[in-house]
Amino acid sequence: MLWQLDLAILTLVVIAAVGALMVKDLLGAAILFGAYSFMMCLLWTIMGAVDVAFTEASVGAGVSTVFFVAAVFRTTRRTKD
Amino acid sequence: MKIIGLIIALTTGGFLVYAAVDFPDWADPQSPASTHVSPHYIEKTMEETSVPNIVTAVLADYRTFDTMFETTVIFSAAVACFFILRTFLREEERRERLYRHVLTGVTVRVKEGGKIPPSDDFERIDDSWIPHDLIIKTICRLLVPFIQIFALYVVAHGHHSPGGGFQGGVIFGASIIVLAMSHDLRTVLQRIGEKVVGVLCAMGVLLYAGTGALCLLLGLNFLDYSALAPVLGVGPVMARSHGILIVEIGVAIAVTTAMVWIYNNVSSRGKYDEGL
Repeated sequence: MLWQLDLAILTLVVIAAVGALMVKDLLGAAILFGAYSFMMCLLWTIMGAVDVAFTEASVGAGVSTVFFVAAVFRTTRRTKD
Repeated sequence: MKIIGLIIALTTGGFLVYAAVDFPDWADPQSPASTHVSPHYIEKTMEETSVPNIVTAVLADYRTFDTMFETTVIFSAAVACFFILRTFLREEERRERLYRHVLTGVTVRVKEGGKIPPSDDFERIDDSWIPHDLIIKTICRLLVPFIQIFALYVVAHGHHSPGGGFQGGVIFGASIIVLAMSHDLRTVLQRIGEKVVGVLCAMGVLLYAGTGALCLLLGLNFLDYSALAPVLGVGPVMARSHGILIVEIGVAIAVTTAMVWIYNNVSSRGKYDEGL
């Protein structure tokens, strides 16, 4: 696999992870976390771990994002800190 | 507090990077992981279990005890979510309920004890109701069967391609969650009730553990599927393949219902009245 593509996805993973921590809007954090999971899924695929990538795509990027959105919807959208 | 957290995170990250230097190179054939049991799995999986996908064979046959407790962990997560969030207490100040006349789109607010005009054209709507969107509802309703077929395919085809009980179960659960999000929670609860969800979630884990106990009863080790050969009427190698499918179905049932259970509790604040 192209190392440039690898590096680009890895950079996006770090950006999404830091962004999910820094952003004040919790809904935004949930979406960024979904993006993080999706980028991790691409990384697993590049490394040849297709089963793990499949799990990451369905659990991480799919259902857990829905759970986060539901929880944000039922609590508050702003963080306290 | 934030600075302490930052220091801890950076120190841990530093140690991780420091330790990562000692790792063997990526895909190094001489690394300990590749010299110990991996060659056995890669060379012998096909003749021992007749499952082409080695990952599935390792997950559900060679390391099946781990997978059983992974399923139990998911079941416990759903049960914990249920115990923390579910409330059976009726609220004292009962809010008014909203009803919508389907034909005209008029919304009626009904106070506690009030009654709506006797007509079949009224439908109950949530407080946080977003205006009726025909496109979203129709597309989601059209997509749900295809998502479910794909989920069943992922479960059943886990022997030959990436997939298996966990992924298929999550996809199946997602199809039900899609229905809950595009319509409302009551639509889902009419189709698959709270008790059914809870019982099925436990049944999935029971199917897994029960298969193991059956192997034990038939005289071999716990979860050694070759003991099932006389029951299934196939040879011991094929019995391991079929045993994998049985436990994957158990995992799929448990995971599907766990996802739906968690979603129902979280999205309705445990009241099962109004969803997302």
